[in-house]
Amino acid sequence: MKYKTQAVAMPYFIAAIALFVGQIIFGMIMGLQYVVGDFLFPEIPFNVARMVHTNLLIVWLLFGFMGAAYYLVPEEAETELYSPKLALALFWIFLAAGALTILGYLFVPYATLAAATGNDILATMGREFLEQPLPTKIGIVVVALAFLFNITMTMLKGRKTVISIVLLLGLWGLAIFFLFAFYNPSNLVKDKFYWWWVVHLWVEGVWELIMAALLAFVLIKVTGVDREVIEKWLYVIITLALVTGIIGTGHHYFWIGTPAYWQWLGSIFSALEPIPFFAMTVFAFNMVNRRRREHPNKAAVLWALGTGVMAFLGAGVWGFLHTLAPVNYFTHGSQITAAHGHMAFYGAYVMVVITIISYAMPIMRGRAANSERAQVVEMWSFWIMTISMVFITLFLTAAGILQVWLQRVADTPMPFMMAQDQVQLFYWMRQWAGVTFFIGLVTYLVSFFIKGETKPAMEYKPATA
Amino acid sequence: MSGTFTKAMARNIFYGGTVFFFLLFLGLTFDTMRVLPKTDNRHNLTPGAVAGKHIWETRNCLGCHTLLGEGAYFAPELGNVYERRGPDFIKAWMKAMPTNAPGRRQMPQFHLTDQELDDLVEFFRYTNGIDTQNWPPNIEG
Ligand code: HEM
Ligand code: HEM
Ligand SMILES: [Fe+2]
Repeated sequence: MKYKTQAVAMPYFIAAIALFVGQIIFGMIMGLQYVVGDFLFPEIPFNVARMVHTNLLIVWLLFGFMGAAYYLVPEEAETELYSPKLALALFWIFLAAGALTILGYLFVPYATLAAATGNDILATMGREFLEQPLPTKIGIVVVALAFLFNITMTMLKGRKTVISIVLLLGLWGLAIFFLFAFYNPSNLVKDKFYWWWVVHLWVEGVWELIMAALLAFVLIKVTGVDREVIEKWLYVIITLALVTGIIGTGHHYFWIGTPAYWQWLGSIFSALEPIPFFAMTVFAFNMVNRRRREHPNKAAVLWALGTGVMAFLGAGVWGFLHTLAPVNYFTHGSQITAAHGHMAFYGAYVMVVITIISYAMPIMRGRAANSERAQVVEMWSFWIMTISMVFITLFLTAAGILQVWLQRVADTPMPFMMAQDQVQLFYWMRQWAGVTFFIGLVTYLVSFFIKGETKPAMEYKPATA
Repeated sequence: MSGTFTKAMARNIFYGGTVFFFLLFLGLTFDTMRVLPKTDNRHNLTPGAVAGKHIWETRNCLGCHTLLGEGAYFAPELGNVYERRGPDFIKAWMKAMPTNAPGRRQMPQFHLTDQELDDLVEFFRYTNGIDTQNWPPNIEG
């Protein structure tokens, strides 16, 4: 660690991993409810488990992004963090707000929660991913702004590298587009139209900037490749991301009451969205092949390469699969969507956060890299989780194809619930793949506690800055 | 990448491209908002339908169902349920929940009043009338 204030990233990373565990536990609950319908009913109805699952995902990724920024920006700016105290205070505020929200979902009926938190004054709740009560949403904005202030000030007082500029652009975009969460018109078409300004413009817009910046940072550190080269790549990748991704929002405007021209615009631009993801993969492999040093942290390199590949598969390939309007007409809102959602979120954002954790955590713990043994366990967890996710995706895709066929294509279409009964087998297989995913996650946790011989972080001298 | 393509050029293309496509997106948004009155069924967005949407949201129905194909995939599409089942069936259904059939997916009992049920049905009538370019492919959603 070059600057001692980078250490505030540590609690953020720990919280991220802890919430990840919670997310997966609720994933397994839901997976079981898919096949054993009355499991935990009425204590935890499916919709409650789903809110917990998806909101924990978003919150832990945000913890990960913030931790990453606190670690990365001081190092890039070559100065201490503007205010480590503020960063630590925000950590506790965000954690408390997050925990209270989850407890609220679990122990208070949603309608009561809504009434008690001002949803009658400004109705924002009850929309997918944006289920949080108003005070939580306001809390997210406040924490995000204070966080952005802190890291922007840090960058302004130091070196302004392309990596930190791109990271900050992404994070500012994240906060700005979240503001559309407060706009919820009664007109359902408008409601849906602007809902995607949060969801799509996040994952297929500004978050890609964050992802690319984090990957670039880790790649510079572990490969020692010249910064000029990496920065040029970075600009090319994020150009491709936004040029395709902004109009690509149109792939959600096919069937929600919006004009038909979006079928053309959405199909064409979103069909190009895999290109930046492909570029990221090529970039990652290219840099590792051209490496000028052998970094002792092999696990971090593995995660970085894995991010490229899995993001391309999940977002690029599985996204392309259903993004053309004539295909989406049949697959819209089916298990195909769920298959893609899982692999894309995992491959892009889960993995990039784990990449930076894998790189930074050992350094914050005073060593250049974890012991050989710890790394082997961590790499095992990489393979178990990643392969499990591939299978989750494949099983959901199979379920989705059958569902679409039975319910939407066949001459005598089957009602929804009947079609669900027909694909039970695939839901069972998804559930087992989910259990192995969880085993992989536990393996990942274990890797943090494995000791062994390590080199102190200070001893390790980077060849070039 | 070749030596002639500099970092400064890459940066300028990024900012230029982003601004251009974002403005284009805003223009398209503006046009969409202009033509929406023809497709979004707003003349059926009655006070009852507005109240119904609020009930839909505060019971987190979207946590199990899709509405115009968005939401969760655990339970049937409801954008066209007004047409598929009709108002009386919908109200009776809501009152009969949960089925408690062993092993079957369960829907909670929300204890809605008759007025609230009417509002909800009114909301479904409104969503059913939105011009969705003929989606879903058939009545099963
Ligand atoms: C890392 C990037 C991405 C993530 C995290 C992601 C995630 C998701 C999620 C969670 C949904 C479901 C939204 C809902 O609940 O309604 C979704 C929908 C969709 N995504 Fe992505 N996605 C990514 C990239 C892409 C790309 C690059 C494409 C196209 C090439 C794409 C195409 C689609 C389409 C067409 C839908 C709508 C599916 C439907 O009609 O039901 N996605 N995505
Ligand atoms: C044990 C592993 C997991 C299981 C069994 C599981 C199960 C589920 C289930 C049943 C749903 C609800 C689908 C529906 O609406 O009907 C869901 C939604 C979702 N899960 Fe998972 N999940 C798991 C892991 C993950 C992971 C690792 C991620 C993140 C990378 C994730 C991200 C999501 C997202 C984004 C959604 C919303 C999808 C959409 O709207 O299309 N899940 N999950
Ligand atoms: Fe999208």
